[in-house]
Amino acid sequence: MDDRERVWADDMRAGLAGDEAAYRRVLASLAVFLRMQVRQVLNRYGQSAADLEDIVQETLLAIHLKRQSWRPAEPFVPWVRAVARNKTIDALRRKGRRVNVPIEDVIETLPAEPQAEHLSEHDAVQILSNLNGRQRDIVQSISIDGASIRETAQKYEISEGAVRVALHRGLQALAKIYRSTGHEN
Amino acid sequence: MKTDDLINALATDLPAKQERVETALWRAIAISLPVSVLILLLALHIRADLWAMLLSSPRVLFKFVFTGLTLALTIWSVRELSRPTATARSIARTLAVAIVLLASAVCAELYALPQSAWKAAWMGDAAMVCMAMIPLLSLAPLIAILLALQAGAPHSPWLAGAAGGLLAGTIGAALYATHCTNDSPLFVASWYALAIAAVTAAGGLIGGRLLRW
Repeated sequence: MDDRERVWADDMRAGLAGDEAAYRRVLASLAVFLRMQVRQVLNRYGQSAADLEDIVQETLLAIHLKRQSWRPAEPFVPWVRAVARNKTIDALRRKGRRVNVPIEDVIETLPAEPQAEHLSEHDAVQILSNLNGRQRDIVQSISIDGASIRETAQKYEISEGAVRVALHRGLQALAKIYRSTGHEN
Repeated sequence: MKTDDLINALATDLPAKQERVETALWRAIAISLPVSVLILLLALHIRADLWAMLLSSPRVLFKFVFTGLTLALTIWSVRELSRPTATARSIARTLAVAIVLLASAVCAELYALPQSAWKAAWMGDAAMVCMAMIPLLSLAPLIAILLALQAGAPHSPWLAGAAGGLLAGTIGAALYATHCTNDSPLFVASWYALAIAAVTAAGGLIGGRLLRW
């Protein structure tokens, strides 16, 4: 546990300082970790894991957009857990479940489930279809097509700055879409 | 979209500057404070004897020490509550300190004044002006602070909004105190507190929706 905390915190700190490779590393590790965490919270409230990958993606997005709410001096994993818990509870509430949030977490007492690797292949909710045209194209180009900022700028004949802005706004719009009560499934 | 795809997008978005709540908060106060001061000077006026009374009257001194301390504690609470790891305990401590302080001053006042003077000290004059002006002076700070808190990730959006409202209300109260000549803690504990509570509630109501992330 301590090793994981140290490695992830180091990578996150490096990421916050601009190291993209380190940031990718920690995000990839967190995706695996979050699948476990979210599944445990869902189990606790007797919910199925049908929306697991949705919630994992929503949590990763939140971790990214709200990364400044982690103070580098404080423990990283508890902060990640807190974000995951918040997002999972929000998702449950959106589905109409009454959720009573106890102050202390008992997540540690649940046995870890074997990781479902295949879940990462799951094409979660067609969420990109909810974005407006420009944002959808650009987010899709960078995420699914794996293009760079420059390649995307050339493809759509706009400046790299415009691509960055559209990407950022697109991600913020995605977060808002997750928050709303009904998005396309 | 697969999770790996999302990670592509997030990593590419890494250079986008994310503002911290602390910075946004200070900027919000810096921008909204002059607006409220302007309203104070236009609609009311600073009491002429302010400096003299600050030096000579324990009641006036208490008014400012109380609002100053509540301000400091609330700023701390607001920052804490803007985080996903926050609990209600942080604001509970702030409120506890403020209430204990206020209660002590009230007790001291009741002891110091003869019973016949209690009602007059409590009612003061123009309590309604106080109740109207404090929210008015808190308005610009409230809007600015709530907008600034959108940079945060509060565990409880309405609680963070309420803390923001408490902060804005206390700023409004501190400004009003420079005009108001009702110095009794009995007055402060009722009318000021009521006005601040109203702004706090507004912050909570708005924050509950605005501060979701």
